[in-house]
Amino acid sequence: MEKKEFHIIAETGIHARPATMLVQAASKFASDINIEFNGKSVNLKSIMGVMSLGVGQGADVTITADGDDASEAIVAISDTMTKEGLAE
Amino acid sequence: MVKTIKGIAASDGIATAEAYLLVQPDLSFDKKSISDADAEVSRLKDAIATSDAELTKIRDVAKESLGEEEAQVFDAHKMILADPEFTGAVEQEIKDQSVNAEQALDDVSKNFIAIFEGMTDNPYMQERAADVRDVTKRVMAHLLGVELPNPSLIDHEVIIIAHDLTPSDTAQLNKKYVKGFVTDIGGRTAHSAIMARSLELPAVVGTNTITGDVKEGQTVILDGLNGAAIIDPSDEDIKKYDKMAKDFAAQKAEWEKLKNEATVTADGKHFDIAANIGTPDDLDGVIANGAEGIGLYRTEFLYMQSEELPTEDDQFEAYKTVLEGMKGKPVVVRTMDIGGDKHLSYLPLPEEMNPFLGYRAIRISLDRQEIFRTQLRALLRASAFGQLRIMFPMIGTLAEFRAAKKIFEEEKAKLVEKGVEVSDHIQLGMMMEVPAAAVLADQFAKEVDFFSIGTNDLIQYTMAADRGNEHVSYLYQPYNPSILRLVKHVIDSAHAEGKWAGMCGEAAGDNIMVPLLLGMGLDEYSMSATSVLRVRSLMKKMSTADLKELADRAVNESITNEDNKKLVESYINK
Repeated sequence: MEKKEFHIIAETGIHARPATMLVQAASKFASDINIEFNGKSVNLKSIMGVMSLGVGQGADVTITADGDDASEAIVAISDTMTKEGLAE
Repeated sequence: MVKTIKGIAASDGIATAEAYLLVQPDLSFDKKSISDADAEVSRLKDAIATSDAELTKIRDVAKESLGEEEAQVFDAHKMILADPEFTGAVEQEIKDQSVNAEQALDDVSKNFIAIFEGMTDNPYMQERAADVRDVTKRVMAHLLGVELPNPSLIDHEVIIIAHDLTPSDTAQLNKKYVKGFVTDIGGRTAHSAIMARSLELPAVVGTNTITGDVKEGQTVILDGLNGAAIIDPSDEDIKKYDKMAKDFAAQKAEWEKLKNEATVTADGKHFDIAANIGTPDDLDGVIANGAEGIGLYRTEFLYMQSEELPTEDDQFEAYKTVLEGMKGKPVVVRTMDIGGDKHLSYLPLPEEMNPFLGYRAIRISLDRQEIFRTQLRALLRASAFGQLRIMFPMIGTLAEFRAAKKIFEEEKAKLVEKGVEVSDHIQLGMMMEVPAAAVLADQFAKEVDFFSIGTNDLIQYTMAADRGNEHVSYLYQPYNPSILRLVKHVIDSAHAEGKWAGMCGEAAGDNIMVPLLLGMGLDEYSMSATSVLRVRSLMKKMSTADLKELADRAVNESITNEDNKKLVESYINK
């Protein structure tokens, strides 16, 4: 299982467009991918799950990926985080 | 076979196009226990796949006709369809509870809607509830095997045929192709009618039967001038109406020339013609039609278009936009008029036997003061940006007006103390729509800055006839001497105290009523923006000296509504 932590810097947190982009990135991989925040973990391939987490600015989130393409998935998600200005 | 369906002329103009039936199908279902969960899951998957294919198509068309931004909403819908947490939960529900797919879908979607609607600190997430609702409706329709109308797919000129139109229906309509609409229900003051006028689309409402009379694709002539829809017209009909449409366009062009002129009668008397608006978006129409102010800003739309009470800042922005947009011309804002036929999902009101006689407008504001005070603070802050006037709806007693005024003064003092810039010239007035207040207008006139007569409610309350009830619609009698006497008393009372009187009901733009009102000396006439130039043109031809005598006869000698209609008609024809 691959794991990576992100510190969210985006002013509006993870919502709307960035959330959509993260879900789209995650959905390209076969691995089980989750996002953890505040002791809650949801499927990163679920837009409703991600949005209902309510991740705000300054939050620390952990992404975990489990499966054959786990490391590629983490790389792609990190790229999206940077590109969307979610995390550094 | 040519068929003519009569209705209420709600918005001027004539259009001929194919009928498009915007009818919501019946999506009710029975809860069933199932034994073969796999078969039920596969039904669900089929419905989801069909929905997804449909959304792809809608998205393409929407991008073409409405633009990329509007089309993105359908991406959001597709994402919900593909969401494992959503569809997975429905599958799980089918298996765990052994219920049919319809029931499982309904349960899961209600659950998500509740979660999103509960995020009151995040309006973006609250809006997602509407997306879930839309997607659920689409999948449900496919599960039940019924057709869902897709107005955003319209790609040729049509006339929309609907039972009623909600604001969200109209948001999806492509103005390029929609030439007008005809509905089963509603009157001239229904939301669909008001929207038609602000979009400048011809409309006929209240036909009762149109959704059953016309079939998809039939040719329909929509006559918004006389309130009729002609189904399957002959070539002759089409020719006749084409000519009427051309004449109407020519007349409009003639009126257009009056856009930048003041409203002056033939004998040189000046009157103000103002416009009624519901949202800042209506400003364009107000300016395009050369109104001399805003005589009624219905703030309840701010409350109705929101999923929660609008914040002070949201309201401030809206009021400021309107005041700035009017560049110093007067703007009369009516405080929240909720209740009666206007409801808020987030502010449940008690079930009432007679909602129009119940808990509404200022009665709610004085009871739920936190809502009222928020609105007044937003208005006070906005007052620095133009010429603000405030009026309270449904005032029936002096005590109510005094209480409202006191709250206004308290909020003003608090803001001034904080150093917020607030205008010192805000006029405070009231709607004249409760007969008890109209009778005592002379006493009210000593304490208010102005009156604005709301004819729809004043007539409904004076005649004791529900304005939405077709069985008593014959009692909607704006020219009845009883109504005219009240109106005259209100105007005279205002003038006796050096105050002004206006009218913001439909009657203010009525061809029969205007001459009578001029004769009574009404100062301000507020109407749909699209009526402004017609009425200005009418007033230019009138002379107030003659009209004073006409109004006196209407008030003192006439006995019936029809008497007065004939009286004015014979005067105009002379």
